[in-house]
Amino acid sequence: MKWNSFSEFLAMGGHGLYVWGSFGACLLLMVVEPILARVRRSNALTELRREIRARKESQDETTS
Amino acid sequence: MGETSLLAALSAVIRRDLLLAMRRKSDVLTTLFFFVIVVSLFPLGIGPEMDMLRKIAPGVLWVAALLATMLSLNRLFAADHADGTLEQMALSAVPLGVLVTGKVVAHWLLSGLPLALLSPVLGLQFDLAAGSLGVMVIALLIGTPVLSLIGAIGAALTLGVRGGGVLVSLLVLPLYVPVLIFGAGAVEADLTGLGATAHLSLLAAFLALAAFFGPWATTVALRIALE
Amino acid sequence: MNNRIINWFKFASPQTFYPLAGKMIPWFWALTAIFGLAGLYLGFFVAPTDAQQGEGYRIIFIHVPASWMSMFIYLVMAFWAALGLGFNARLSGMMASALAPTGALMAFLSLWTGALWGKPMWGAWWVWDARLTSELILFFLYLGFIALQSAIDDARRADKAGAVLALVGVVNIPIIYFSVKWWNTLHQGASVSLTRSPSMAQTMLWGMLLMALAFWMYSIAVSLTRVRAIILERERHAGWVEELEELKS
Repeated sequence: MKWNSFSEFLAMGGHGLYVWGSFGACLLLMVVEPILARVRRSNALTELRREIRARKESQDETTS
Repeated sequence: MGETSLLAALSAVIRRDLLLAMRRKSDVLTTLFFFVIVVSLFPLGIGPEMDMLRKIAPGVLWVAALLATMLSLNRLFAADHADGTLEQMALSAVPLGVLVTGKVVAHWLLSGLPLALLSPVLGLQFDLAAGSLGVMVIALLIGTPVLSLIGAIGAALTLGVRGGGVLVSLLVLPLYVPVLIFGAGAVEADLTGLGATAHLSLLAAFLALAAFFGPWATTVALRIALE
Repeated sequence: MNNRIINWFKFASPQTFYPLAGKMIPWFWALTAIFGLAGLYLGFFVAPTDAQQGEGYRIIFIHVPASWMSMFIYLVMAFWAALGLGFNARLSGMMASALAPTGALMAFLSLWTGALWGKPMWGAWWVWDARLTSELILFFLYLGFIALQSAIDDARRADKAGAVLALVGVVNIPIIYFSVKWWNTLHQGASVSLTRSPSMAQTMLWGMLLMALAFWMYSIAVSLTRVRAIILERERHAGWVEELEELKS
């Protein structure tokens, strides 16, 4: 498929809105979803750090 | 002691649930009133042209029946769960599947059956042809037990869960779609002269499937909820 | 022979699977990129203009893979859920929960692209054809699964309840699809034909397949990332979690 110019590529024969609306939504979702999964994991790690610290502190209190 | 035959246990459960429901008739009656009200909302929303109402009648009646059944699902297990009867049932020597079947039968006797019997009156409001009214009743009589059977799975899964009522709808309505399609389709087929036999046979097949697998799935779900 | 069996079950524990998944994820992202770029290249620079649909048909390179993945993921989800229920395996249940949001995303993407494809082709943003309607119901099934699991506080109960729901769903999906097809033909709804047989050009088919592979690798990469998060959330009191490298920083 030979596109004569970039603007022709963007226009997609008049269907540009629909084609790029689809590919754009796909790209958006497939960027946001992994980010959300990563954030979920780092939140879990933060929670764990906090819990471990809290437990260490309460142990130090009881032993000191 | 002695052996309780499965049939005796089944009828005991049905009789108990019917008795309990009779003592608080409001539950059963509100389901019926909901059915009537929802059906009446459609002409109010869409307009009273008889031609159009006649066309939408099967669909409207079926959707209303679906919604009314769904609303009544929470009383399937909730009361028994709250006072501990359900745990007793799970521990009893009688298979839980039998007891569940009994409860589902009682549920249908108190929701699906009255809905089916009431439907001709509402069908007349939509000027549904007399012959098709009969098909409507038969379709509902075959289809509503399927709704109770599938609904029981949803009720068991959401036992004691917060937001259970609305959650059950989300879980169960997609599963109701085939019954809706063939139930309303049966009446429409009869209206257009094509004959409802195929649709009704399929509904009966759904009933057989649901009757076989439903109580089993419900039992599994109940044991998960009771752990 | 014995060693291989033991090794397999070793990875059924969250403790051993967590680092393994971490190592696998970058590879799946690489595969996603490779298949995706190849598929996009075919889709935009090799596949010709369609005689009837012009350039707009290129949406199928997203729509069809998304539909396929939405159904495939549901099956895989149900499979892991069944394993978790049958063998009381925690990790299997976690994997099912990790897959659900990605499956829902695929179903949503299929519906979204279906609408964007339908508008220029058939004039309406939504047509009640059998495939799109079935996809909508599949989307609802995903939402129901996710809603049920998030409503139940106890993780083990949530896993098992979700498993029952997923299995009931899997059994019902063919019935639902068959019913919707019947309903559609009965009412002579718009006939949306996705595969314009027999004239689907080879390149179009290859483009769709490559994109489907890309979506598959993507789904694995994302669900592995998510399952690692779930493992951390659920196993927080296990000894091995506190010894994790990531926590020392």
